[in-house]
Amino acid sequence: MSRRLTRLLALLVGVGLLIIACTPGGTSSTGARFSGVTLHVVTFTGPQIAEPLQRRAPDFQKASGAKVEVITVPFSDLYQKILTDFATKTNSYDAMVFDPQWMGDYVPPGYLEDLSDRAKKDADLQWNDIAPFFRDFSATYKGHVYTVPLDGDFQMVYYRKDLLDRDGLKPPETWQDYIDIAKRYQGKDLNGDGKPDFGSCVAMKRSAQSYWMFISVAAAYLQSQGTSQGAFFNTDNMQPLMNNEGTAAALDVYKQISKLGPPDQLNNDVGDSRGLFVSGRCALSIDWGDIGPLAVDKTQSTVQDKVGAVILPGSKRVLDRSTGALVDCDSKTCPKAINGVNHSPFAAFGGWSGAINKARPDKTKDAAFAFLSYMSQPAQSSLDVTIGKTGFNPYRNSHFTNLDPWLKSGMSQQAAKDYLGAIEASLKSPNMVLDLRVPQSAFYEGTALDTALAQYLAGELTLEQTMRQITDQWNKKTDEIGRQSQLEAYKASLNVTR
Amino acid sequence: MRKVPFTMSGEATTRPVPLAAQWRPLTDRLDRLAGPVFILPAVLVILAFSIFPLLASLYVSLSRLSFSEGGVQLRFVGLDNYAKLVVGIDRAHFLGVTRAITPVSAAILAAVYAGFVYLLVRYARSRGRTALGLAGRSLVALIGGAGVWLVVDTILTSGRPGTLVVTIIYVGVDVSVQYLLALGLALLVVQRLPGRRFFRVVFLLPMMITPVGVAYLFRMLTDTSKGPLYPLWTHFGLADVSWVTNPWGARLAVMIGDVWQWTPFIFIVLVAALESLPVELFEAAKVDGANRWQVFWEVTFPQILPATSTVVLIRLIEAFKIVDLPNVLTNGGPGTATESLTLHAYTIWRALDIGGSAAIAYMLLFVVTFIGITYVNLFRRRVVAMA
Repeated sequence: MSRRLTRLLALLVGVGLLIIACTPGGTSSTGARFSGVTLHVVTFTGPQIAEPLQRRAPDFQKASGAKVEVITVPFSDLYQKILTDFATKTNSYDAMVFDPQWMGDYVPPGYLEDLSDRAKKDADLQWNDIAPFFRDFSATYKGHVYTVPLDGDFQMVYYRKDLLDRDGLKPPETWQDYIDIAKRYQGKDLNGDGKPDFGSCVAMKRSAQSYWMFISVAAAYLQSQGTSQGAFFNTDNMQPLMNNEGTAAALDVYKQISKLGPPDQLNNDVGDSRGLFVSGRCALSIDWGDIGPLAVDKTQSTVQDKVGAVILPGSKRVLDRSTGALVDCDSKTCPKAINGVNHSPFAAFGGWSGAINKARPDKTKDAAFAFLSYMSQPAQSSLDVTIGKTGFNPYRNSHFTNLDPWLKSGMSQQAAKDYLGAIEASLKSPNMVLDLRVPQSAFYEGTALDTALAQYLAGELTLEQTMRQITDQWNKKTDEIGRQSQLEAYKASLNVTR
Repeated sequence: MRKVPFTMSGEATTRPVPLAAQWRPLTDRLDRLAGPVFILPAVLVILAFSIFPLLASLYVSLSRLSFSEGGVQLRFVGLDNYAKLVVGIDRAHFLGVTRAITPVSAAILAAVYAGFVYLLVRYARSRGRTALGLAGRSLVALIGGAGVWLVVDTILTSGRPGTLVVTIIYVGVDVSVQYLLALGLALLVVQRLPGRRFFRVVFLLPMMITPVGVAYLFRMLTDTSKGPLYPLWTHFGLADVSWVTNPWGARLAVMIGDVWQWTPFIFIVLVAALESLPVELFEAAKVDGANRWQVFWEVTFPQILPATSTVVLIRLIEAFKIVDLPNVLTNGGPGTATESLTLHAYTIWRALDIGGSAAIAYMLLFVVTFIGITYVNLFRRRVVAMA
């Protein structure tokens, strides 16, 4: 009897194993992989960036077993919140989706996990599909990969194609063109509601995005010899490039633009300026890639198929760093110029990227990498970059070559080509400007530059006072941290292979 | 502490009990220790949660913080963070920009200084004068004089007020207007008017809303181009005028918001004070033929002065900490026009200059403490004694 029972049991176990072996792999094999793991991912309040992470978390849980909790904090607190979490060894975050500029503060103390091997080994991630700039800048610090890019960030100029075509105007090539076009449309009715509208809408609010907008203007005057020249400091002595004729010209342009917009432009952030643009109230705007998908969003846009995008305008005169004066463009002073105009597209911010806390257990780190990889894989990201509210902009080669998701999102063939063309033109530019990525870049840009700009626009400071204040504040901070170490960090950040 | 004779039997006796005598040294000792032992927990709690953080933040304000492998490094830099604010690179931001004195500002300064001198001389000649009192008053006159000069010379000239002066303006204007409004409303709702209970609740509502909510509310209201008041602005032809991009317009918006939110706090205290006043005094005043103004000025107002002085002190201290409104409304802009001291400290803290931020917080502490002590010594004590 007992032998029979043993045989029966053996048979049952055998059949059971056979059934398990024949069951399709998907859920059961990978589902167990990270079961029981709960990931705490921190990012900013959003709804952008947090929305796709939250939306895709349940699918990821089904596929991998790991539960994802997205913790959101206001953007202005995100940098120090992550840093203090690391420094105090609280380690409450497993992964963080942040601004890659902050790697200058997070990597040297050893807070972030080196992802070089994982990125190469993960076939689904398709690492080489990510555009070289985002692999080398957003993801890499001193030759090691620390983040997975989830977003591609460039500033571009958006214009009302219908208006410019109607009036026989070309999109702006130089900043002077930008001002001329803005002047032409300032105070005119641009959306047919009988009320006067605005020539240009730019986010100029303090403690928001104003300093990136300014650098987008200034870069055209400050950097002309290619990416490795840098647009913030002299690479010989770490002296700021903020007190010269180039910066003066940029400040002057920026002030003129500030007067060719809505009356409360100095109190507008990108949320306000985007809202105004897609409701047809502005002829021009400077922004990241977000306006493209927002403009085709039927729920909020009145300018579908009326919007064009171009690479950031440039300048025919650039800074001679030896004299501090502006000189005319020629083959020597502007080797990268297009039609005699020096364009310096600005990779403002660098694109939201995911990183992993080195201090967490291995299994958690593996699960976190799997989640970041899942978010970045073409199957997910090619759709996310076409949705305005995700805040994600294209950053993979396949995002540019595969037009289907764009057409499905409601963009016309021509609009998709225009939009992606402007991003691609910026991406391929040999004179792209890298955003500042040295320790305490948040102070240099977000506090010192931002405050001085706000004071200049409000008339608290003259042009000369503004340049002097920025230079003094930057020099003081550089000396406090250490001029040599800052210079080395700055030069390391500019060493980009493409 | 008065010592109470203690025996084992619990009663005082002239005949020594051997057992009690034997224990006496121990009980005496316990007696002496009892006080400190009972106080110790409270002292430890205060030390741990109040004094130690205060001293730690004082040390932070004298240091520079940096992040290194495995933790945080604090490097002692002496008074460098304070020097930056008072004489260094952040002077214009913190104190403001002063310019040559105009006739108007000179006249105001002369009047204020003459007032200080008159008060000092009057005190020096009074009977109750003490050396300490005179020294304290001289110090108040000196620091107050410097403060008045800073305010006058940055506002009434072509200069520009820094965050310290902007905060002082907020406190001065807000607390004065709040008090006057609250007093008026309180006098109204204690009358036997129909619906007074309803209005009493309605007037309290702003205080219940979170300050950030109030700030967003005012951000919408001040938006002339698309806010809820857009039709109103358009009607008056003001849709193209932004008042939050003008320094004084933006400061006014912040002050209106603060007044709206905190008037109810003073209001409720004054209502309570007014309702507790004895009826006999008013009846006596009426019998004596006093008119309404005389009743208010001679009877009501002196009676509510103690409550007034307390609520004003609380509001003074609270008002110095204003941060939500300017932060949400304009992020401290245009320029630095609406930036308060706390917002200044927050902006610097956000860029992880923890030492600089702590230095500003300590400057705020000095100012609030100075004003608080001066107010209590020169005004409140006198009012309470009078009452």
